[in-house]
Parts: sequence; structure tokens; C-alpha cells
Amino acid sequence: MPTLRFTKDHEWVRLDGDTAVIGITDYAQQQLGDIVYVELPEPGSRVEAGKEAAVVESAKAASEVYAPVSGEVVAVNELIAGDPAKVNADPMGDGWFLSVKLDDPKALDALMDEAAYQAFVAEQG
Amino acid sequence: MDSEKPADLRRTPLHTLHIARGAKMVPFAGYEMPVQYPTGIISEHLHTRAKAGLFDVSHMGQVALHGVTAAMLETLVPGDIAGLTEGRMRYTLLLNDDGGIIDDLMAIRFADRLGLVVNAATKEGDVAHLRDRLGAATGVELLEDRALLALQGPAAAAVLARIAGAGVATMPFLSCALVERPGMTLFVTRSGYTGEDGFEISVPADRAVALAELLLAEPEVLPVGLGARDTLRLEAGLCLYGHDIDETTTPVSAGLAWTIAKRRREESSFPGAARILKELAHPPARRRVGIRPDGRAPAREGSAIVDPAGNLVGEVTSGGFSPSLNAPIAMGYVARPYSDPGTALSVVVRDVARPARVSPMPFVPTHYYRGH
Repeated sequence: MPTLRFTKDHEWVRLDGDTAVIGITDYAQQQLGDIVYVELPEPGSRVEAGKEAAVVESAKAASEVYAPVSGEVVAVNELIAGDPAKVNADPMGDGWFLSVKLDDPKALDALMDEAAYQAFVAEQG
Repeated sequence: MDSEKPADLRRTPLHTLHIARGAKMVPFAGYEMPVQYPTGIISEHLHTRAKAGLFDVSHMGQVALHGVTAAMLETLVPGDIAGLTEGRMRYTLLLNDDGGIIDDLMAIRFADRLGLVVNAATKEGDVAHLRDRLGAATGVELLEDRALLALQGPAAAAVLARIAGAGVATMPFLSCALVERPGMTLFVTRSGYTGEDGFEISVPADRAVALAELLLAEPEVLPVGLGARDTLRLEAGLCLYGHDIDETTTPVSAGLAWTIAKRRREESSFPGAARILKELAHPPARRRVGIRPDGRAPAREGSAIVDPAGNLVGEVTSGGFSPSLNAPIAMGYVARPYSDPGTALSVVVRDVARPARVSPMPFVPTHYYRGH
């Protein structure tokens, strides 16, 4: 079973071999509301853990999506660039943002597992 | 996040209704207001364009003027108030002595007095200004015991006719009427801030929930929050005070010279007349325009506007995503040589200049009531 981890900024990261798929959580899409635009990095570029990797704009405002881990961008989800509402509809599936080739697969160990993330969200009220 | 909300925010008489309907509440102009309901901004927006949306605008200032003649009010605004007949209303501007815009408002001619509807964030300042300028013999009363609802959209007339009687359906645009309902007297105006046909309904605060529930029980009506109110007014090309207009903008630079009546120009008798008449003859350096970015990225308030060579020529004052056009739209001020529709410009979003064009406004056709 692939490793699934979460950040306090409400991104998720799913490890598949040495590649990690990244997106935003259901809680994040609910807080944002209707998503109207996403800006994705160029494949081949690098993302750094904790730094901006993508931008997501709701009807109200723009927000950053931070990279949970460092690595090289191997693919981005062009489907959500054309139809950003997919992020609202299926944030953990069709609404993924990007995949990266990890510098260090152990980097996920520092992130929250699903139970810890759900507890973290519950604390947000 | 909820715990960070300041405790001193005011609530409108519809607060419990918003909470019961699952609204997301946000601070706005000193009030705790619904930004959206669970349906979401885009659905609320499109529903208002297709059927009818109900908005709580009780935070706005309803002002009764006692002992104030049309001539007295005309010393503070450039509109033709003397020519306003009983039961009619007009969009006008409160101007400072330099012609800067203190507020935009509706002036209403009642049988026995004048009334105003002013912006929420500016209402206390407006009242102070009016009291200062109109003198001690007059009364400027902020009606704190009334709520204000807006019912907007193509189905608004049919819906309101069921509740307030068939007469409302043929009320002219920018007219008003008193409607007696069991247990409440409604003051109805055919007006709004969405570009659609619709009404604004002033109701005693203690009857506001009952009226809102009556309207929401009609099948065409959904509650709509401030989020969609903003996207709707932006599509209609309407200014938001404090963003698109303020004391640093004049009616001419703001594209609101149409609010300056011919007689008022001839008499040169409104605040800032010398400067404004000069601007009418020799257009000012910058002008409010509509902007259509080419791609999907919204250009928000504060985004720089540059010419194709990268020179700064203006700034976005309102911007977002148009649900009707499924594309970003914005308005802002640009240097006059760049203000013609079709002019190629760029908007700077996250340090990247993105191609855009000056666009006519409204961005979406308006559907104000013009009779059958």
C-alpha cells in the first residue's frame, strides 16, 4: 500500500516508488471554496520542501500550494489547469497537482499520517 | 479561524438565518456577514443570473433626511435632486470640496422627505459630513431599526409579486413603493447591484427573518452571500466604494460623469465643480476601464498594469473570476492613452506580465427592468 502523508498546510503526498504525487486535501478545497484557477510548475523544474510549488485561486483569493518534499517535477496535472473545479470535486484523485522525483524518500517520515492529520484538522474547528 | 474573529463585530437582524443555513461568516465593514452558503460562490452567482438570489444588505446605511430640501442636498452631490419626482430614486455621489468621492449612494424622493442608501463602511462618516454641512435645523437619521434585503434576478419580479402583490412587477426601474403586508410595512425599490432586474426591500428589523423566510420558501430563490455579490457587480461594471472609487478619484476619472446632471454643470454649483468641469473639458490623466486578461489567471486588486514594453500605466482596483464568462475580469485605472477598448496591455500577477485587453463594461449584458 502506498505511503500517504499530510502537511499542516493541508497538502497531501502519496509515495509511489521514488515518485511522490502531491495535491491539496479535502479540508483545503472546502476552505477555499470554488476553485477557478491553478498555476502549476514546469516539468523538469525543482520544488523545495516548504516552498511554493503551485498556486490555487478560489473565487475569493489566491493561495500558495507548498511542496511537502523536495525533488524534481516529473509531471503536472494539465486536467486541473483546464478544469480547476476538478480540485473541488476530487482533491485526492483526479484533482492532483504535480508529481516529483524525490531527493530523499525518507523525507516523508517527517510528515503526518492520515490519523494525525485528521486529528490536526479536528483541532482547526 | 472562527476564534480569531473580533468580538465587537455587529450582526444584522438575519444573523441567525445565515447560521441556520450554513453560511460561512466573515468580517466586512464592521459586520459579521455571510460570504457564501454551502452552495458556493459560483452556484450562487449563476443562480442569481438564471433565477433569483436573496442578499442580506442590512449593513448598508438607510438614512432619513428631515428638513432637507433638494436644493440643500444638491450642495453636496452633483445629481439632479430637484428633478427627482416623488417615488423615484437616483444614483449619485457625495463629493468633497476637491471633487473627490466621499461615497456613492442612492437618493430617494419620498412624499414628505428625502432618503439615502449609503455604503456600510462609510455610513458613520457620511452622516457626520451631512450633519456638518446641512446645519443644525435639519435632521440626519441613520435608521438602525430596519433591515435591507435585495432580491435580484430574472425571477425576482414574479417572486416578489406573489408576496407583495402584482403591483411590484410593473414598478419602473429606480422607483419605490410602500407595500403593506400582514404585520409589516415594506419599503420596496426596483434597484440592485447585480446588473439584473430586482428589488431592494427595507423592512423593520424584527420582521426581517419572517420576510426572508417567505422569500426563500419560493422555489426560484436561493440565499446569496457577499462573494457572489462582488462577482455579480463586477460583471455589471459597477464600482465598489473604497476600491474602485474613493476620495482620490473624481466622477470624471471614475467614468461616472453621467451622474453629473446637465443643469448642475451649467450652474457649476456642486462640490469640486471647478476641477470637475475642467476635467470634462480636458480629460484627466487616468480613467477607470474594464480589463479582460487573456488567460485564466485572475488579476486581483493592486495588480500593476503595464504597457507591452513593460512600463507601468495603471493598477487594478477590482478583479476576479467571472462565473458567467468562465474567465477573469477586472477593472482599474490606466493612463488615458491606454483607455480605449481593445488596447493591448498586461497585468502583472505574481511578477509575471500577462497579456490583457481594455474591455467595454458591463462585461455581461445588464437586464434592468424597462417595462413590458
